[in-house]
Amino acid sequence: MSNDPNSIIERLSDHYQITEVKEQKASLMFLKIPKEDAVQFIRELRDGAHYTHLNFLTAIDYIEDGHFTLTYMLHNYDLHHSIGVHVDIDREAAEMDSIHELWAQAQTYQRELREMYGIRFPGSPRLDDDFCLEGWDEIPPLRKEFDTVAYSRDRFFDREGRLTEDPRTVMRQIMYPTHSDSTD
Amino acid sequence: MQEQNTSIDLSSGKYVKVWQGPQHPGITGNMSLELVLCGDEVVECKTHVGYLHRGFEKLMERRTFIQNFPIVCRIAVPEPTFNEYLYAAVVEELSGIEPPERAQWLRTLNLELMRLASYLMWLGGIGASFGQGTVYQWTITHRDFVLDLFEEMTGARIYHMYIVPGGVRARLPDGFIDRARKVLDGVERLLDEVEKVLFKNSVFKTRSKGLGIISKEMVDHYGIVGPNARAAGIDRDLRRDEPYLVYDQLEFDVVTGTASDAYERAQVRHQEMYQGIRMMRQILDRMPQEGPFQAKMPNVLHWEVPAGETYVKAECTRGEYGYYLVTDGSQFLRRVHVRGPSYTHAIAVMEKLAVGTNIADIAGLMVSLHTYPPEIER
Repeated sequence: MSNDPNSIIERLSDHYQITEVKEQKASLMFLKIPKEDAVQFIRELRDGAHYTHLNFLTAIDYIEDGHFTLTYMLHNYDLHHSIGVHVDIDREAAEMDSIHELWAQAQTYQRELREMYGIRFPGSPRLDDDFCLEGWDEIPPLRKEFDTVAYSRDRFFDREGRLTEDPRTVMRQIMYPTHSDSTD
Repeated sequence: MQEQNTSIDLSSGKYVKVWQGPQHPGITGNMSLELVLCGDEVVECKTHVGYLHRGFEKLMERRTFIQNFPIVCRIAVPEPTFNEYLYAAVVEELSGIEPPERAQWLRTLNLELMRLASYLMWLGGIGASFGQGTVYQWTITHRDFVLDLFEEMTGARIYHMYIVPGGVRARLPDGFIDRARKVLDGVERLLDEVEKVLFKNSVFKTRSKGLGIISKEMVDHYGIVGPNARAAGIDRDLRRDEPYLVYDQLEFDVVTGTASDAYERAQVRHQEMYQGIRMMRQILDRMPQEGPFQAKMPNVLHWEVPAGETYVKAECTRGEYGYYLVTDGSQFLRRVHVRGPSYTHAIAVMEKLAVGTNIADIAGLMVSLHTYPPEIER
């Protein structure tokens, strides 16, 4: 039985609905798997195909399409090959099965995703503990609709004497004070 | 990571909760450990981060590709160069830009010098956390000599911004190679001294041997990488296994250990410094002295990177450091995720290893894992 990444994916595609397979480079491939099969698929990659290392777990916000894409990056140390497993989840009811039993560090990633994107992972230990924000009750900050500039304007006072935030205008005022009337 | 210990009743008078950090000499940067003690023994540990959170990943979504460049080096303060290289490499891969050969050698030299500076600081830290303050003073002095080289090479001591998309910013100054050789000779002599002063010191040996043992089974389950894994006998190093830049043209040995305790991890890093010096001498001997060091770039003010995604990684002092970039064809990136090894080492691994450890050894254990909090919270 051949053990190269393409053969592994071909073998697994008999049991799973694998789509959007893309080979980015010889050592990296991306693919998509439905949400309900994802954890079992990842478990098979880990236990059956030696993708034993979880590089990271993160999310991408596709606000225009109304979904988040989770990326589970797994690595096989024997083949020196990584697979990025994409899973789409609904933005409004953002919830995904937990993988904390597969890798100990996964619960930290899931805790961060809960805080930064509002994605819930039922059963993941200490999921609601703060990761790095204390008492945050705004929109989860890595969601695209969270506007950092608007947030700062609402919360903090402008520094006295600073009339504009546009670096081009500020520099023009400093360097050419007599010609800086126009603010184009 | 251990589950919440429900048997701990703080009102029983048997336990006491203490916070080590965020300001504590034994903490590696601004983070804190919430420790529950029974006598001197730690029975529960929770890591808290966020004291340096500046939202780098979010900030980068609002800036153009070239504007992000001065931000990334601030993600790991003692080791900014790896961020520069990885950000440049990940953008280059999606843009189809190939840096010239001379730039590849200069980048490798820059990264290895950075590794040496970072290890020197760490070596001082592990000495200081076990009461050997002299070692700290020695190593920080020699780190400053390495920073002098950075100042010559890049114009800056800490945040160099030398590796830019497309290549590097400048060639080496005249006479740099000779001065670099002298600094490397000095560091090598220092390492021999440290071997005698630290590694043969009975206090250091007694306190660090047997402390924080990482079993081989833990390595993959906890995502442990770099010297922490190599000290457990796991023979993995990205520079050899998946070579990037010019590492495939350099001769070096991957150092591994067996005991997997704080002492062994210190020894692995100490020996890796010799290997780094060996690599840099080869680079100084063999790197091209002529030729371009910057590829032709698009107008960076109107730079649109084609839609795509990729993950690029490199072996930093703590193991696999990586950048995952998703672009949508616009002047702004869609998402960037920075994968730092401290994410695992300082949280899941630290919380596991701290349990059963004496409170006096927590600082040494933490330093032995070599973690940088800013790369956790990004």
